[in-house]
Amino acid sequence: MADVPDNAPEHCPGTTSEKAGTSASCQGCPNQSLCASGATKTPDPAIAEIGEKLSSVKHKILVLSGKGGVGKSTFSAHLAHALASDSTKEVALLDIDICGPSLPRILGVEGEQVHQSGSGWSPVYVEDNLSVMSIGFLLSSPDDAVIWRGPKKNGMIKQFLRDVDWGELDYLIVDTPPGTSDEHLSIVQYLSSTHVDGAVIITTPQEVSLQDVRKEIGFCRMVKLPIIGVVENMSGFVCPKCKNTSEIFPPTTGGAEKMCQDFNLTLLGKVPLDPRIGQSCDEGKSFLSEVPDSPAADVYRTIVHSIQEYCSKRVTGDQDTC
Amino acid sequence: MSSAAPLVQILANVRHVVLVLSGKGGVGKSTITTGLALALRQAGNKVGILDVDLCGPSIPRMLSVGRPDVHLCDAGWVPVYTDAQKSLALMSIGFLLDDPDKAVVWRGPKKTALISQFVSDVAWEELDVLLVDTPPGTSDEHLAVLENLKKHRVDGAVLVTTPQAVSTGDVRREITFCKKTGVPILGIIENMSGFVCPHCSECSNIFSKGGGEELAKLTGSVFLGCVPLDPQLSSSMEEGKDFMELFSNSATSTAIGGISQTLLQRLQTT
Repeated sequence: MADVPDNAPEHCPGTTSEKAGTSASCQGCPNQSLCASGATKTPDPAIAEIGEKLSSVKHKILVLSGKGGVGKSTFSAHLAHALASDSTKEVALLDIDICGPSLPRILGVEGEQVHQSGSGWSPVYVEDNLSVMSIGFLLSSPDDAVIWRGPKKNGMIKQFLRDVDWGELDYLIVDTPPGTSDEHLSIVQYLSSTHVDGAVIITTPQEVSLQDVRKEIGFCRMVKLPIIGVVENMSGFVCPKCKNTSEIFPPTTGGAEKMCQDFNLTLLGKVPLDPRIGQSCDEGKSFLSEVPDSPAADVYRTIVHSIQEYCSKRVTGDQDTC
Repeated sequence: MSSAAPLVQILANVRHVVLVLSGKGGVGKSTITTGLALALRQAGNKVGILDVDLCGPSIPRMLSVGRPDVHLCDAGWVPVYTDAQKSLALMSIGFLLDDPDKAVVWRGPKKTALISQFVSDVAWEELDVLLVDTPPGTSDEHLAVLENLKKHRVDGAVLVTTPQAVSTGDVRREITFCKKTGVPILGIIENMSGFVCPHCSECSNIFSKGGGEELAKLTGSVFLGCVPLDPQLSSSMEEGKDFMELFSNSATSTAIGGISQTLLQRLQTT
């Protein structure tokens, strides 16, 4: 049964929820007795199907942050570009930010269509060896809002994992929305019968960010998701005219560096603010190709290298390493 | 929880209710909510903030209220006041959590249930403006807030964006959300709008330029104004200090003050 069946009432808690069949919203629903009997709470068969489907993906990386606007999508896209710069590697991006899908624009493929074939949905190809799937491709207009409650968002994520024909991949990078909610629980749940290398956590230096990011770290520990490391974005701005550095988002409580010490995590790198990063994203271009000599690009490359090294220490089922 | 007075009775003391929305995360909704509240208070208004961001409630830190115990009275949850004159009241969903440092890892239905209760059960005293700070997106939290607040009246929403297309792209969807749910759009605010180097005064458009105004034109909305990127605004929010008092002569506080006045005028004439 679908997590939220078509004939379910508006506040359906989801057929696999603890409250399935017993919540106030269930009154009058045709599925109420079935849900209340517990029949719908058996493990979702999709989990095993997804495990099968993704067995051809060597490395899976989640990009997380408790906080919005710290550069998760920017980082995900550029991580993918950097990994795909090796033409022998196959890389894919999955955008599970259902309400705010940014990846199509950042990758320069806004407006592209997703096609269905016998083997499933085909993702959109940015390069020969770099593909992406996002709800953005399923919306007919840039003004379309996805006003969905949790269970429907979960259903979409399940479809992305189960029904997209990803093919053989070296890397699958999953870009997430801010927070610790349905999308995050679902991605961890649906990937539970596969091997996930770990999460890269993105933050900015200020405490208002870190206070949310610490919760995300707690979430990762709760669901036993390894943390590859932390990236501190927007870490200082060098004025192009006088070359003085300003801390626009001041690290009043020690920034990511202190947080990593406190939590015994690896600080992968500190990326400075560079207006050309945002500009490249708006234009759908890779910052790493547009301004390869910038200090920010250098830091990105170091971070990507660390992630590759981390992954290469994970051995996949067939003993193949990257 | 004791039975609360009917919602209509509680919010009857609140003259105007304004949602602060954005499709996009990290554009400064909480910063702008706090800044507008401080500006409106400075201009003599009684202001309340309702913080419904369950996963990342930022306002308590920005107003330096720490982790207060919250109490129930016959009419509902008593808000926390930031001063003895009771000119600025705050109720944050963070106050209801057992451990504010722990992640709230809840699915939609549970969030909806708490938010519905929370929004309906705050015993606001007389307020000129109640600002409602929201998380990014168009999902359970937003629907829950609207379903409950609309029983009273929602004057409308201000939408916060940053200048670049990746932001305005999400905010367009939030505008659709407002239109579909019947929330009037009071206006658009462009935050992080240029950075003036404190050393040489060169202006850098770190997050691009002009997107907020273009978005307003494109969608037929009112453009309320720009707020520049200002490290002193960020650090005041970090440290829970009143930016509008401390930096009253700055371009940033002039901008926020101007926007708050325009907003008040729009509220008083609609």
